[in-house]
Amino acid sequence: MSTKVQPITSPPSPATKATTLTNEEILRYSRHLIMPEVGMEGQLKLKNAKVLLIGTGGLGAPLGLYLAAAGVGHLGLVDFDVVDFTNLQRQVTFGSDDVGKPKTAAAQARLSNLNPDIQIETFETKLTSENALELFKNFDIIVDGTDNFPTRYLVNDACILLGKPNVYGSIFRFEGQVTVFGMPDGPCYRCLYPEPPPPGLVPSCAEGGVLGVLPGIVGSIQAMETIKLILGTGESLKGRLLLFDALAMKFRELKLRKNHSCPMCGDHPTITKLIDYYEFCGVRGEEAPGPDVQVPEITPLDLKSRLDRGDDLFILDVREPHEFQICNLNGHLIPLGELPRRVHELDSSREIVAHCRSGKRSAEAVDFLHKAGFRKILNLKGGILAWSDEVDPSVPKY
Amino acid sequence: MSVKVIIPTPLRVYAGKADSTEVSAKTVGEALGQLTTKFGDLRKHLFTEDGKLRSFVNVYVNDEDIRYLSKENTPTKDGDTISIVPSIAGGLV
Repeated sequence: MSTKVQPITSPPSPATKATTLTNEEILRYSRHLIMPEVGMEGQLKLKNAKVLLIGTGGLGAPLGLYLAAAGVGHLGLVDFDVVDFTNLQRQVTFGSDDVGKPKTAAAQARLSNLNPDIQIETFETKLTSENALELFKNFDIIVDGTDNFPTRYLVNDACILLGKPNVYGSIFRFEGQVTVFGMPDGPCYRCLYPEPPPPGLVPSCAEGGVLGVLPGIVGSIQAMETIKLILGTGESLKGRLLLFDALAMKFRELKLRKNHSCPMCGDHPTITKLIDYYEFCGVRGEEAPGPDVQVPEITPLDLKSRLDRGDDLFILDVREPHEFQICNLNGHLIPLGELPRRVHELDSSREIVAHCRSGKRSAEAVDFLHKAGFRKILNLKGGILAWSDEVDPSVPKY
Repeated sequence: MSVKVIIPTPLRVYAGKADSTEVSAKTVGEALGQLTTKFGDLRKHLFTEDGKLRSFVNVYVNDEDIRYLSKENTPTKDGDTISIVPSIAGGLV
């Protein structure tokens, strides 16, 4: 499947470099211009820079806002998603009115309003092995603010193949990691992590949650690194992995070395073109991973009618206690991680329906219990989210 | 040798919510062994079934990656800090 990326907005201006600022621009950027580290020369570098943001979500929000405000002359935004209500807690580019709109269009409107002097090019598409090189080649710096391993490896490999810096940031709950990959003689993402974790072993952000301010801080550090690369000033995070723990409010720094046997950027690279990153990350199909295991299911409507009929069903809730407090179906709570040592609380002679928020964790629970000898066990398809949609809208979705 | 092991956020759920723990160990391997004895649920997240450190989990002694030292045989001394740094992907969601 080849998706040629067509810019939705006007293509970049011809490769003529700006050599002057207008009087309005001089006023706008006066706090930059009076600093010797930026000055007129630096501001013109910013104006002539082309930065591509992969993802316009949590990390993309401060990135877009600060880079636009700073006067980065050409910003590209890649995202295929639409704004939803759960985004607003941290994706500060968007307002409540933007819910339902494509993120690229909503971000473009906001950033153009912030700085009408810059060009913003939007790509409402999923980044793929087919379009990445074509997309990246017109930009100087790529900033990775994505949320999944396949895209992270894709961004890394495309940057190495094209020799472009990759300003990397990732977050989980209260913790962030930032560095700059793809610099001459510097390490790449594969030097740090040769392989992704298998699906299911690391909780996803959607399940793990994230404190809204965290992407604001990590994305702002990425924006700072991007601007330093453009200005050619200061010390970049090349070769250093910055770890940020917001709960302890501690920054730590680890040495990041180039791996000379790295298959991507080492002395004898064995990866010379983009590959299938979903296969590489053990994710089947194009979309985000569903349950890894096929287990017997029951739909919310079937469950409702069986409960109404008075069938003896034991409802097992495998979410975390703090999720149970948000809403519940009066089930017996055993978090997935505690199931192995609390399995004695369950009666295998009774019919059990396991559920979680979306049906993914409970599929793992059903699989586990099936292997443990339980035979009358079903997974609630779509979890509480589907129950709220199909049976009882008074149950809040989260 | 008292060594501090820092447990990263994604793995704290398997370590009784602790953010760090003190162990007494002469090598990184010993320290991780004690850690996973203390918190059994951590084992499968750090090691493969045949006992090898998983490739998406990096371990540092102070600020050095043990892959560039002596891996799990890297010696530790009093006051060292071992960091476990797994890959995290989040950003957009």
